[in-house]
Amino acid sequence: MEDNLTLKKLKEKFPDYVLDAGEFRDQVYVYVDKRGVLEVLNFLRDDAQLNYDFLTDLTAVDNLGKEPRFEMVYNLYSIKYRHRFRVKVSLAEDESIPSSVEVWKTADWHEREVFDMFGINFEGHPDLRRIMMPDDYPGHPLRKDFPLQGPEDVDYEEMMKKHLKSD
Amino acid sequence: MGLEEVLVDTVFGTTVDKAVNWARKNSLWPMPFGTACCAIEMMAAFCSRYDLARFGAERMSFSPRQADLMLVAGTITHKMVPVLMRIYRQMTEPKWVLAMGACASSGGLFNTYSVLQGIDRVLPVDVYVPGCPPRPEGLIYGIMQVQQKIEQDKIAHHVTP
Ligand code: SF4
Repeated sequence: MEDNLTLKKLKEKFPDYVLDAGEFRDQVYVYVDKRGVLEVLNFLRDDAQLNYDFLTDLTAVDNLGKEPRFEMVYNLYSIKYRHRFRVKVSLAEDESIPSSVEVWKTADWHEREVFDMFGINFEGHPDLRRIMMPDDYPGHPLRKDFPLQGPEDVDYEEMMKKHLKSD
Repeated sequence: MGLEEVLVDTVFGTTVDKAVNWARKNSLWPMPFGTACCAIEMMAAFCSRYDLARFGAERMSFSPRQADLMLVAGTITHKMVPVLMRIYRQMTEPKWVLAMGACASSGGLFNTYSVLQGIDRVLPVDVYVPGCPPRPEGLIYGIMQVQQKIEQDKIAHHVTP
């Protein structure tokens, strides 16, 4: 972990924003302060030696019962240098996070998915709508306190009336 | 006042019943509503080896306006429910619904927040075909059950008092 170039550079450049770092099976991750997340991500993408030009995945974790409750995860990859890195940001419930669409375009739909499934709000996202569940679906299904089988009392009669109005 | 009101319970009426039912049951045009793996078995049932055309289902009717039998083959998610209901409404009377497979009948193994737990929550189902997926023989048997049901139909049933 100590000889990880990305981590070294991040610690040098953003001593205030890098809160914690760790390693799991040779994969290094870093916890970043929410205030600096866009700066850090931009730096990781643009730095000549790091060049993380590919956001492989962006997702969230719900640690129900812990504080802060949510965790954003950015999985990065550099096509040129073929190295990977993981950035995490802790979020409290009802806390929002700056959108990373301006850093990587692909974040657009991923952030919509996280919004749909976890209800995390992304500031500055160009089009923050649900992407998987129906628009009128109650709640955010991947939250740990959401019932696994969904809300009990879906009123299909009502649904039918609403959707078939135009027929 | 329709024809059926005059014909109810006359000798002529029962004969008409027979003729109409015979025609209906032997020209069931299915509306394939295949949303998942079950649809593959449904396609197999339509192909030459099993050949559903033998039962009057000459071709799949991709227009709901020209279909009598809705074959719901596959998982129906909540997002799909309005589509399913709309297509059912677009089919002309008389119409029948066959739920093919565990998913369409009861939600199957997807006992989750996103899947409708059986299409009978939104549609009147005539025949359920169990299986995950049912083999083409199963589907054919189900369609034959629908045919039997049609055979027992009476014009009198459709008279509104
Ligand atoms: S019943 Fe089984 S085979 Fe059919 S759609 Fe469901 S999972 Fe697929």
